[in-house]
Amino acid sequence: MARPSWAGQAGRIAWKDLHIEGRSREVLYTMGFMAALVVLVFSFAFISGQEVTVGPDVVAGILWVAVLFSGTVALSRTFDRERESEAIRSLLLSPVPRSAIYAGKLAATAAIMFLVELLLTPLLAALFSAVLWPHALWLGLLLLLGTIGFASVGVIFSAALLRARSRDALLGALLFPIVIPVLLAASRATAYLLDPAAPDLDPALFWTRFLAALDVVFVVVGLWTFEPVVMGD
Amino acid sequence: MSERELRLVNVGKTFGRHRALADVSLAFVPGRVAAVLGPNGAGKSTLLGLLSTLSQPSQGRIILGDEDLSRHSRLRASIGYVGHEPGVYGDLSARQNLRLFASLYGIANGERRIDEMLARVGLDGVRREGAARTFSRGMLQRLSLARALLHEPEILLFDEPGSALDPAGAAWLAGELQREREAGRLVVLVTHDLVAAAAIATHVVVLRRGRVACDETRTSFSADEVRALYEEATRGKA
Repeated sequence: MARPSWAGQAGRIAWKDLHIEGRSREVLYTMGFMAALVVLVFSFAFISGQEVTVGPDVVAGILWVAVLFSGTVALSRTFDRERESEAIRSLLLSPVPRSAIYAGKLAATAAIMFLVELLLTPLLAALFSAVLWPHALWLGLLLLLGTIGFASVGVIFSAALLRARSRDALLGALLFPIVIPVLLAASRATAYLLDPAAPDLDPALFWTRFLAALDVVFVVVGLWTFEPVVMGD
Repeated sequence: MSERELRLVNVGKTFGRHRALADVSLAFVPGRVAAVLGPNGAGKSTLLGLLSTLSQPSQGRIILGDEDLSRHSRLRASIGYVGHEPGVYGDLSARQNLRLFASLYGIANGERRIDEMLARVGLDGVRREGAARTFSRGMLQRLSLARALLHEPEILLFDEPGSALDPAGAAWLAGELQREREAGRLVVLVTHDLVAAAAIATHVVVLRRGRVACDETRTSFSADEVRALYEEATRGKA
């Protein structure tokens, strides 16, 4: 038997999740609905008539609150398909390194979250008259880094709560305090990028680098802790 | 088929302050079906969890041939597991499930092997894209067996595999177990069904309160013999 590489195995697990989601679109629709709802509720509060009264820091905050809540929906479903019929047991019994299972789940979850964010951000810009295009690629990078940071912690907690009865309630309570640094860095950097009057983008660069460093730390810790967490032995 | 023995040497397992298994020493031999029996809470499922590597012993060692089963993750490829739950993805079809696991195990000629397995368990005629979620309990258990056998494991572990099957399904499964035994595979079956155990087992282990109360090997057992061994081993149960 020629066993696939670590990355190949992680890729197969991610592809399986994306394939299933591509057919059912359950998580995608639920996340999209939640994200749009958050943005719309904020728009009811902040927009009166034709006038938009919020600054770029508030728009950045709304964007990341929407990511936080919709991302939690995705994370609460990350291991649902493994829990059903005990498929997790078959996965854990396979010779795939547990870190590759983590990487695959992280990649699939982050990909679904990122797709929703790509649809959400133009909606936000349209409602709050935010100017995206001058730094669109940078903003895309920020969304990606923020999503990876958020999902890297979330997948661990989702695995830890695999067999917990009140996992949906516990997930947010455990996850949100840990991801505060990710949200802080992402929302600060986003605020600078969305501010057309910002004198320079050095602060945005600082927060982007900080976010990338957080991602490295969280992903490494996730790869390291996934096995004991998911085995629960 | 491999000739490696699976041995447990003074194995113990504790969960917090609860001792689930204590000082268990057993040897499982290829070409035999070992039936692990015992009342509820005797430690049968804990034992199977340890043999499957899904759980690690608190004391002692589990050795396959001369390798420590808990220390070498590649040895997981030597194990096939069929439980009460089918362990497959309900959103994928039978073929897609097997294709996924074939790729994770790195099985050469995966498609041919999948065809063989589907034909063997009688699922080659099912609708190609029908999700496993739509399968009957019997079909799911057939798919579970196909998944467990796909990578030709040395060791096959069964945890009450017939508990939710109708008589025809249970008879089919017993036939498959027999076939694996004849093929020289090492089979460990955890069950409450003494009659089913007697029909196929050549090695009977009875656990009581986490300890081995009976470890008997014969060329065959009658149902009465298995019942007598069970009753003697579990006599005095509180």
